[in-house]
Amino acid sequence: MASVITNPVTNTNLDRSKRRKKKKSMIKENRQSQNQNHARWKTEAQQQIYSSKLLQALNQVSLNSPSPSAPRGGRAVREAADRALAVAAKGRTRWSRAILTSRLKLKFRKQKRQRGSAAAVAAITGTSRSKKPRVSVLKLKAKGIPTVQRKVKVLGRLVPGCRKQPLPIILEEATDYIAALEMQVRAMSALAELLSGSGAASTSSAPPPQSPPPPPPTIQ
Amino acid sequence: MSSRRSRSSRQSGGSRITDDQINDLVAKLQQLLPEIRNRHSDKVSAAKVLQETCNYIRSLHREVDDLSERLSELLATTDNAQAAIIRSLLMQ
Repeated sequence: MASVITNPVTNTNLDRSKRRKKKKSMIKENRQSQNQNHARWKTEAQQQIYSSKLLQALNQVSLNSPSPSAPRGGRAVREAADRALAVAAKGRTRWSRAILTSRLKLKFRKQKRQRGSAAAVAAITGTSRSKKPRVSVLKLKAKGIPTVQRKVKVLGRLVPGCRKQPLPIILEEATDYIAALEMQVRAMSALAELLSGSGAASTSSAPPPQSPPPPPPTIQ
Repeated sequence: MSSRRSRSSRQSGGSRITDDQINDLVAKLQQLLPEIRNRHSDKVSAAKVLQETCNYIRSLHREVDDLSERLSELLATTDNAQAAIIRSLLMQ
């Protein structure tokens, strides 16, 4: 009888401590997930996922335009790479969502944008070609704006989808965007190495050995 | 005569953003930048960090552009490219 009475008391104590632990661990998990999001881009698995998505996208690109002129082909590859990167981000960040929606906007508003300015199109797609005149205009007006604010605005224009966002959001998006861009560069350079290596080898008559060269025989 | 804090809160649209929060985010950015990380100097101004960030993003964009040019040239030779793509997929 005594044991039956004491059991619920101990149970509630345990529940309370469990709830406290759960709250603490949830707060820690939120912080860790934020850190993990940046560290995620450095993992080998993420790079593999991105590389396979990129290859699928590139296959579609080469099928659509069998004989691309060099600048057009490069632009198409860049857009495919950005889209693959945005998909790899799983839509958790603003820049990734902006990349994915910007293509739709371009398709529907192409006539208006062509009239407006090439600068607007370039700003959406994130190229830096026509950004220079805009930055210099801002500098002329910048006497009343503090330096940090000015720089953050420039940064906001570089990161897709962050042109009208408040300061802390721009900074947070920029950290994730930089990590993602670094991964994009790693994956694309690895892919270029693969293609150039196997391409050069296949032009020669002998079939290239895909596995690393076998170790020299030790037994004589 | 408005203080810095009230001016920044007005510009951010109502939500009070403390300088500490901004410094925290700028410190996080600083960790990612390769140049500043190697210099071992903790006292880098926020403006410098932001300038380096902009430069770094621009250089990354340029690198991606160069890589995509190179990839498009490599993919232009189709027989070569498709076989190579299939092979590289198998290798992964």
